[in-house]
Amino acid sequence: MALSGLFLIFFLLQHLTINFTSVFSPETFNELSHFMGTNFVVQAILQPVLAFGVFFHLAMGIRLELMNRKARPVKYAYSKPGANSSWVSRNMIITGITVLLFLALHFYDFWIPELKIKYVDGLMDDTTRYYPELLHKFENPVRVGLYVLSFVFLALHLLHGFQSAFQSMGARHKKYTPIIEKLGTAYAVLVPFGFIVIAIYHFVAH
Amino acid sequence: MSAEKGLNLTLKVWRQKNSKDKGGIETYQVSNISPDSSFLEMIDILNEQLIGEGKEPVAFDHDCREGICGSCSMYINGQAHGPGRAITTCQLHMREFKDGETIYIEPWRAGAFPVIKDLMVDRSAFDRIMASGGFVSVNTSGNTQDANAIPIEKVNADMAFDAATCIGCGACVASCKNASAMLFVSAKVSQFSLLPQGQTEAKQRAINMVNQMDEEGFGNCTNTGACAVECPKEISLENIARMNREYLSASVAKE
Ligand code: SF4
Ligand code: FES
Repeated sequence: MALSGLFLIFFLLQHLTINFTSVFSPETFNELSHFMGTNFVVQAILQPVLAFGVFFHLAMGIRLELMNRKARPVKYAYSKPGANSSWVSRNMIITGITVLLFLALHFYDFWIPELKIKYVDGLMDDTTRYYPELLHKFENPVRVGLYVLSFVFLALHLLHGFQSAFQSMGARHKKYTPIIEKLGTAYAVLVPFGFIVIAIYHFVAH
Repeated sequence: MSAEKGLNLTLKVWRQKNSKDKGGIETYQVSNISPDSSFLEMIDILNEQLIGEGKEPVAFDHDCREGICGSCSMYINGQAHGPGRAITTCQLHMREFKDGETIYIEPWRAGAFPVIKDLMVDRSAFDRIMASGGFVSVNTSGNTQDANAIPIEKVNADMAFDAATCIGCGACVASCKNASAMLFVSAKVSQFSLLPQGQTEAKQRAINMVNQMDEEGFGNCTNTGACAVECPKEISLENIARMNREYLSASVAKE
């Protein structure tokens, strides 16, 4: 969980960086998107690694949840979990599945059309289509709303996930752990917020 | 003598004849309970009352009644050992409750801690985890070394001591949403691995104890931290990180 989680955290940062270029330079965004979509290393090596990372993380997460449920076959009649732990730490499966649902939508929205354009329509070499495509996706207010909501859930997932990954790997230190925790909170808030800002910017500005 | 007036309480207590019985919550009334009495004394009063009525008293584990044996397992109003921090049930006082309050009292819930009767659970899973590696293999028959012969860094000695204060009560398991025993096992792994005498077998110990823990059917740690909050001895999550470190490096190095 921890390793794949950290890997995905790293990926997210890269994704955000590329998305951000769309705000100030459509040309850069087009260029980078085209590079990511056609570069051999990215497509043949990094993309499968990412797919595996996502799949591994979700499969292990679901397995973990099922095992942990089994460990307490009879539930308490009265329990007050809020007295000793945070909601985000206890509900990783809920926030995780929400993000997964978003991922399904994201695939349907970007990835499947992308494959069609590249391999069925044969527009592999079109280097200018990415930016207009992006704008088109952020026209519909319902879609933007869903997008924003998903990133709120991602933020909740990361609020626990970031620092939890370090603890699981045994990386805990009197001096560094408080820093990791602060960094985790900052990351969990700022990165999803960045995605949200980009979506709202395009929705409002165009 | 306390001048405070006694409490009248409604108790919802888990009753279960034996491990096969399905069990259920029974409701009892107790009156004029002194706010100065401990929670276990309150249960004693309830039991006197039940015996007087010709009913079966509530079975519960207890021994030292001063917070050192770890036997008084009760899940009170949704929390292990009830409200309050760093205490066991025997250290919980009735002044924490209000007159007229309803109190839920349940046994620890975990597949690895089956109910024996009423509020008593079988915690021998902890014993088996200890037997799998919670010891130092040295000959102590007649040639015990002076404890101070080996210099030990004060910080490590303190951390080992803190870990060793774990009383094996199982509140960590009871509080964890995953019924995980990581806090207990990590305290036991740490109390040895922080000292030179325990270091020799540290790697094998971490692997053996973790494997036994999994075999007993405890859940996995998801770092919610509920255990450390509810632990009567305030065992720190640092111990879990230490055990994770040891387990990881031992697994990688294993042939
Ligand atoms: S770690 Fe704390 S809660 Fe768990 S068994 Fe030890 S003393 Fe009890
Ligand atoms: S009876 Fe011993 S700790 Fe409570």
